[in-house]
Amino acid sequence: MSDQTAAAKEEELQANRSKMTVSETDVAVEIVDMHKWYGDFHVLKDINLTVMGGERIVIAGPSGSGKSTLIRCINRLEEHQQGQIIVDGIELTNDLKRIDEVRREVGMVFQHFNLFPHLTILENCTLAPIWVRGIPKAEAEETAMHYLERVKIPEQANKYPGQLSGGQQQRVAIARSLCMNPKIMLFDEPTSALDPEMIKEVLEVMVSLAEDGMTMLCVTHEMGFARQVANRVIFMDQGQIIEQNEPGAFFDNPQHERTKLFLSQILH
Amino acid sequence: MAKMQQSYVRQEMVQDLPPPPASSGFVGWARRSLFSSISNSILTIVAALFVVWAGYHLFHFFILDAVFVAEDGSACKLKPGACWAFIWDRMDFFIYGFFPKDPYWASTDIFFVSAFMEYWRINVLFVIGLALLVPLLIPSVPGKLINALLFFIPFPILVIVLLNGGWFGLELVPTEKWGGLTVTLIIGLVGIVASLPIGIVLALGRQSKLPAIKTLCVVFIEIWRAVPLITVLFMASVMLPLFVPENMTIDKLLRALIGVALFNSAYMAEVVRGGLQALPRGQYEAASALGLNYWKSMGFIILPQALKHVIPGIVNTFIALFKDTSLVAIVGIFDLLRTVQNAAGNDLNWGAPTTSVTGYIFAAAMFWVFCFSMSRYSMFMERRLETGHKR
Repeated sequence: MSDQTAAAKEEELQANRSKMTVSETDVAVEIVDMHKWYGDFHVLKDINLTVMGGERIVIAGPSGSGKSTLIRCINRLEEHQQGQIIVDGIELTNDLKRIDEVRREVGMVFQHFNLFPHLTILENCTLAPIWVRGIPKAEAEETAMHYLERVKIPEQANKYPGQLSGGQQQRVAIARSLCMNPKIMLFDEPTSALDPEMIKEVLEVMVSLAEDGMTMLCVTHEMGFARQVANRVIFMDQGQIIEQNEPGAFFDNPQHERTKLFLSQILH
Repeated sequence: MAKMQQSYVRQEMVQDLPPPPASSGFVGWARRSLFSSISNSILTIVAALFVVWAGYHLFHFFILDAVFVAEDGSACKLKPGACWAFIWDRMDFFIYGFFPKDPYWASTDIFFVSAFMEYWRINVLFVIGLALLVPLLIPSVPGKLINALLFFIPFPILVIVLLNGGWFGLELVPTEKWGGLTVTLIIGLVGIVASLPIGIVLALGRQSKLPAIKTLCVVFIEIWRAVPLITVLFMASVMLPLFVPENMTIDKLLRALIGVALFNSAYMAEVVRGGLQALPRGQYEAASALGLNYWKSMGFIILPQALKHVIPGIVNTFIALFKDTSLVAIVGIFDLLRTVQNAAGNDLNWGAPTTSVTGYIFAAAMFWVFCFSMSRYSMFMERRLETGHKR
């Protein structure tokens, strides 16, 4: 690819990205001076991050850099010891009620899907709406079918997770989260456990979500996805945010030495 | 020299073919499974000879040389086989124990009433119990909730009312007179029904983050598990009365029931804990991430999977519990085994060398039927609950 076409492509991507609107006033997640330790090990150090509604943030970094831990703190799957995390206006503390409130509004997609193997696909999608939100069963099933259609697997509704391929399972996991009608979606390496042929189908679903204006925080190594939808890329190393920028500048003109090294390893 | 082929493109895909015929069918099976090598062939022949030899002797003992009909033990003294007539004759005792056989209403001189014996009370319970239990165990029968409620709440009350009596003009039958299969089933069922929920609560408590609850559960489990059941039963029947006020008496059978239930709940707790630990952490996390609170994620996500994984262990405990009910004989409760032992040892009518053996075979067969049914039913449930994630 010549430089000229590359530049043209980047321009096109940027135009596409800027179509996805970011709120100016609505703060989705605010993290202030946050620290976390695992025992004596200081995993997250001095994290400051503000995510506005509608932002699509990709978090990259070498393994062990704390990026998964960071997004798991946002729905309190991990507890932070210092600083503040405010999600959708609710500060996360030990108050279980508030934690449940936050979790209702924050969807999460895991690397290993974590579907419930003893429930059908449909039941996976309706369980939380029925028992957490108190939505009537028929309505919950209708919503579930809507989202299963959206991730293009309505025909699998009555199968069990064990009967689906990895890519299909991950799409179900996304639909399951969407059924709770979340304001924010967290993706923890959603394509890392998938065969190459299945990564695309999952990414397509994620792209369409981004285009619909969902606030997303994605830990991923899919740099193509980052270029396509992210409005910010955050690079972490040793538990700290060491660089963040909009994707064009991040990939083409990294500033920090560690970022340069990382990108040279993964971009060929 | 032919040129080495470097590139290759398959033009047509190979279609599926049936397997070669010699590997299937009975002959193929026998060759593979029974006579695959010289040593295996020898083993097969030796095993077959043993089966024939044992079968011959068992057939003689159980059928050819057995006494099926007799008035008393004198006929059994003459034949070396089983004394089945003894079983038929004392069957009432084996099932109902010392439950009063004489009609309670006999003194009222109403002839048709005196046709009933007090046994009807137990018979009614058997029928109602079966009528409630069987549909509860068949997954396709509707109305599980009502069925379960009926079985777990009104039915036990009915059991107490009918067996114990003293109400509604029923003759009072103290628990000392209960016995036989009735008592074995009561202890077994109460133990099974009580130990599973208590065990689940203990297992959850043992995993609790709250130190007080956790310690309490650990201490409870470790104490009960480290003590033999016989000790528990002795403590319950001999020592406990020393510690409670003199005018307060707790029924001996009730004490044994509580002992058996708590003893087995400690085992059950550890079985369930195994299931809880086998679940990947992702299941807990996914449930939390969806906003399910502790009890909902346990009830909908964690326990259904954990219990399914440990069905073999749970049923193992159930079976052990059911067999252990015979230990209550030691504290003077007449369970099935004790009634058999008692009849074979003390009944002068049936004094014959084979009486005891026949009695024990009968008791063993009864236990075997119940335990084997539990085992098969658990396998059925395992298959039914299989949703394609078993490795």
